[in-house]
Amino acid sequence: MPQTGPKRTPKAPRQELPLRDPQSRTQGCGEVSLGFTLKQAQMEARRCLDCKDPKCIEACPLHIDIKSFIARMIEGDFEGALERISEQNPFPGVCGRVCQCELYCEKACLLGRKLKPVAVGALERFAADYASQCGNGLHAEPNGRKVALVGSGPASLIAAYDLVRKGYQVTIFEALHELGGVLAYGIPPFRLPREILRQEIDRLRAMGVEFCNNFIVGKTASLDELFEEGYSAVFVGTGAGLPHLMKIPGENLIGVYTANEFLTRLNLMRAYDFPHSGTPVRVGKRTLVVGGGNSAMDAARWARRLGSETTILFRRGRAELRARLEEIDRAEEEGVHFEFLAAPVRLLGDETGAVREMECIRMRLGEPDETGRPSPIPIPGSEYRVPVDTVVAAIGQSPNPTLQRATPQLITNRGKIVIDDRGQTSLPRVFAGGDVVRGGSTVILAMRDGRAAAEAIDRALQEGR
Amino acid sequence: MNRIFHKVMLAPEVAWLEVEAPRIARRWKPGQFVIIRPTDDSERIPLTIVDGDAARGTILLVVQGVGRTSRLTISREPGEAFTDLVGPLGEPATIGVFGRVVCVGGGVGVAELLPVAAALRRVGNHVTAVCGARSRSQIILDAELHAAADEVCWSTDDGSAGFHGTVVDLLRSREAEFRRAGMIHVIGPIPMMRAAAELTRAWGVRTFASLNPIMVDGTGMCGGCRVTVGGKVRFACVEGPEFDAHQVDFEELARRNSAYREQERLAMQNHECRIGLVLTRQG
Ligand code: FES
Repeated sequence: MPQTGPKRTPKAPRQELPLRDPQSRTQGCGEVSLGFTLKQAQMEARRCLDCKDPKCIEACPLHIDIKSFIARMIEGDFEGALERISEQNPFPGVCGRVCQCELYCEKACLLGRKLKPVAVGALERFAADYASQCGNGLHAEPNGRKVALVGSGPASLIAAYDLVRKGYQVTIFEALHELGGVLAYGIPPFRLPREILRQEIDRLRAMGVEFCNNFIVGKTASLDELFEEGYSAVFVGTGAGLPHLMKIPGENLIGVYTANEFLTRLNLMRAYDFPHSGTPVRVGKRTLVVGGGNSAMDAARWARRLGSETTILFRRGRAELRARLEEIDRAEEEGVHFEFLAAPVRLLGDETGAVREMECIRMRLGEPDETGRPSPIPIPGSEYRVPVDTVVAAIGQSPNPTLQRATPQLITNRGKIVIDDRGQTSLPRVFAGGDVVRGGSTVILAMRDGRAAAEAIDRALQEGR
Repeated sequence: MNRIFHKVMLAPEVAWLEVEAPRIARRWKPGQFVIIRPTDDSERIPLTIVDGDAARGTILLVVQGVGRTSRLTISREPGEAFTDLVGPLGEPATIGVFGRVVCVGGGVGVAELLPVAAALRRVGNHVTAVCGARSRSQIILDAELHAAADEVCWSTDDGSAGFHGTVVDLLRSREAEFRRAGMIHVIGPIPMMRAAAELTRAWGVRTFASLNPIMVDGTGMCGGCRVTVGGKVRFACVEGPEFDAHQVDFEELARRNSAYREQERLAMQNHECRIGLVLTRQG
């Protein structure tokens, strides 16, 4: 009998991602997760069951052909693997790092019913990092129509990729000076190195996507002007950039930040490198981060890197943390403390107006609220105070209202742009998706929306609507 | 993009810059601002738009070198370009028919006053520009102010020109006329805006102040620019920069604006040390 390639070994243990050791992590902003070695990638790939009816592909919000890219990897054909991924997803380096695979493909993985699922995310990342980024030969004949995408976050990026492959001329408008939206200002470089982001954006550029930074649609030009300038359709992917405030006394003291400001100063403006970079950030001896999502983990991990004793204050219990398990583990390894079932009541400052103390109150868990999670109930008389120099409120955000304000005809619901089942807003040929429609959500769901919008735009323009 | 066409030093450390920005030149309104990053590693700083020329595709900025980034900004020469420039940001100033209007400016605030004064006059108000400078040599844009307003008066701290005293003293000295004004617009250093607001509150004259908090993105995304107005938190970059001066918590604004003073001072010191070192080595 001839051997047909390397054997599948589904029972082998799932490969663990090598990590930089916690001590050295806090000494810089190098990437924490080091990625599989070649050997690990091949061993992990061989764990795939090669299912006839692969559930992972269906579960993937972008429907990456996971089964065949893994098959290529088993054969040692990493470029081929990358090509398969790229058919659906031009950002494997980004997604292999930040996609919550545990909720999608890895959750659906059949192997996961008895053993641990295949580490699809880590394999995707390996393919992206290992194989040289080749052109993907999917260029289409230009169809002569222009589409404008507003915001350069994940939703617009994937919409651009899909539209350019259908022959559209695509321009992405970005308000900030750097591209990537939340990938640039929200996600720390120790989770997503900036070269990876830049490379994957450059790939779009090489495919002909035009990028216009420092351009705020609604301010620099109106939606109407974009149509006058020849765009046939507009996609609004402006994200959830409006930070929620704690609404407690003392919130405007010096040293109190929203997660958006704290992360923007560090991730986008590189405040960790001040005064080399021009933007400072105030991180004192003790930092309290309020919240339980990924932004809270990111902010706390930054504070550790800046030498601060750091505690995450969360009003519910550990089980209710919304952050990825992986991120919670990383934060703990790096020495972030957690204080559960407590919430801030007010902040107290010194004579210079800098925050010095936080008054907190203990909570207990009550009946589930509308989100299905047990609602936190304050315990009267349980107030206590803790000393603090830096406070970060990572308690969520809503859609950035700039374009909506400049375009009152655009129908919104609590700030979120309302779309119909074809992804179209209340304005003809104006589509929307991602966090500006969902409120705060995830990178991968924003990408799914961007993909759906690209299809809807194509359909609408074909039909001449 | 973002090229500097002309630069004139109006006073030591105060530059008048004509900068290429065709889209902003077409759409800007008095009271709006831009955010620039003069060089690659710079922070983002807000600057009020002083004028715009749609035909030339340029805007005018007047910048005083006070911190690291503003000094870098005024050190750039014609032909060079700012790394980034975005706008127009913020809501336009309140322009309406009030009859008599007083525009109060201090420091480079007098430059920022220009477009507002001109717009208020254009719609039929009688506009008096009340301007303050430290001394005669710091008086800037006098001719332009005369062109924009019906009347211009100056105060200097040392009495070397015009009224001897602060711009708020000058305002007070003409109380009889000015308290009959329909509206007062103030822009300048925080202590001056605060003192002016206290005075006009006593007069009962509606007053708007154009605020200058620290900003990062300038698009409502970070909340760094938050100010308290009438007990409510407002984001100055999108809801302002102009607010009802009688409602603004100036004390908080002043404190928040000092958040990075110590860090900036150390950075500057370091920088100067290093320059000093180079000079002694070369010397
Ligand atoms: S500067 Fe960031 S919200 Fe105003």
